[in-house]
Amino acid sequence: MASTEDGPLLKTPLYDWHVAHGARMVDFAGWSMPIQYKSIIDEHHAIRNAVGIADISHMGRLRFEGPGAAVFLAELLTRRVHGLGLNMIRYSLVTNDEGGILDDVLVGYYRNAFGQPFYVLVVNAGNRRKIIDWVHRHLPPKRAEAPGEEVLFTDVTRLWAMFAIQGPRSVDLLQPLVDVDLEYMKYYNGAQVRILHPAADRQGGIISRTGYTGEDGFELSVGASVARGVWEALIEIGRPLGVVPSGLGARDTLRLEAGMPLYGHELSEEIQPFEAGLGRTCHLVGYDFPGRDALLKLQEKPPERKLVGLELLGRRPARENCEVLSGGRSVGRTTSGTFSPTLKRPIALAYVRPEFAAPGTELTVDVRGRPEAARVARLPFYRRKTKGTAK
Amino acid sequence: MTPENLLYSKTHEWVRVDVDASGGKVATVGISAFALEALTDLVYIDLPEVGREVEAGGAFGEVESVKAVSDMYSPVDGEIVAVHSELAENLERLSEDPYGEGWLVKIRISDESGLEQLMDHAAYQKQCELEMEDE
Repeated sequence: MASTEDGPLLKTPLYDWHVAHGARMVDFAGWSMPIQYKSIIDEHHAIRNAVGIADISHMGRLRFEGPGAAVFLAELLTRRVHGLGLNMIRYSLVTNDEGGILDDVLVGYYRNAFGQPFYVLVVNAGNRRKIIDWVHRHLPPKRAEAPGEEVLFTDVTRLWAMFAIQGPRSVDLLQPLVDVDLEYMKYYNGAQVRILHPAADRQGGIISRTGYTGEDGFELSVGASVARGVWEALIEIGRPLGVVPSGLGARDTLRLEAGMPLYGHELSEEIQPFEAGLGRTCHLVGYDFPGRDALLKLQEKPPERKLVGLELLGRRPARENCEVLSGGRSVGRTTSGTFSPTLKRPIALAYVRPEFAAPGTELTVDVRGRPEAARVARLPFYRRKTKGTAK
Repeated sequence: MTPENLLYSKTHEWVRVDVDASGGKVATVGISAFALEALTDLVYIDLPEVGREVEAGGAFGEVESVKAVSDMYSPVDGEIVAVHSELAENLERLSEDPYGEGWLVKIRISDESGLEQLMDHAAYQKQCELEMEDE
């Protein structure tokens, strides 16, 4: 993905740790991030079978507080978040006036140690500047300072580190570090927590039972100054569980198996939510948000293309931007593709014309000039066995 | 096979030149350990058919890791006379024994001038060190 930030690459608080532990660093959306430590496939399997931790401090974190915050977000996001319960998290989109997708985000509602409520919007690293500009455009000083409806908006991305703790053993790894009972925390719930480790220097953190891997897991935010200590504590506690640090490479193969879209690939300003299969995230009744009128119109007619999963029948992987054909005619394009370490075959996501979107449809993918047989698969490609309270 | 006795291309193929029964020169080509280490997580290899003509600097196949595809380039002009086709199902052999069981193809050399462009082991090591620094 192209860099969206000018100047030198940004570094997360764990940059030195990554380099010291042999990570291969790449430019991702203007950040220097580990793509892998040793093997992407090993990191992938560790998360599917045990637990892995990943530095995701590049993700943008935008904080909203004040009496006007709830209504402001309700008028910014496609999903109705006014009335969102304490410690609850929702997946939502931010759309432009035409209904195109500006970003896909998580919004969480928390209360700090002093009882003050606040919202955290987690945005894609590559979209952080764009969303900040979008927020400012819709939150001029007149509105931000409206008496009784004030909204305080802060970009806390650089102040807080964020880790993904993912895998079937993630409860076992995180539980010793936090003062809430994780067994009872539901999927898409979160909490402000105390971190029970001297490395945290009595600072608190935020956890959520969320992730981007298709596995059970959590995301943990801690202050940048204690990030390395908490990360090393996780590595230490996780040793008997088989924890491995994992990079963006495994994050991509995991999310693809889970059929989760990635902004810049499956999502963009040129794609609208119904094409991406995200109509359920758009609540068109109630609050007015940018793009609502456009989406009300788009909802009336069937989408011109649909996002589907493709299983390739050979071993040669399709990557993004390969043409998808049926009977020699172009019917779509891939947006992501890789070799699935779990299914041990190539998988891809593609936009195809709706008449070719049914699972089982036989298609061909042009992989650098050579046709490869493919079949529309039901998404997700991989679904974990559910147990306990995780949905 | 010891890596010290091989020749190397800028694009990380190793080359061993032998003389066959008819007195012609045959190049055995593989991928260097340095390149395999950089690729990691190999999932697919595409090798040419026996009999195909190749040119120095021209792609003769592709190797894919989880995250990317890379072309493999012929170091010489000539004809493919042998292909290590079992590799496709045993990709781990490439990294386990890159200079032995990891060989890819044998090429009967028709024009030796391509060999002059190749590096010896010391020069190749130097190139790898420079690439490491660039990262």
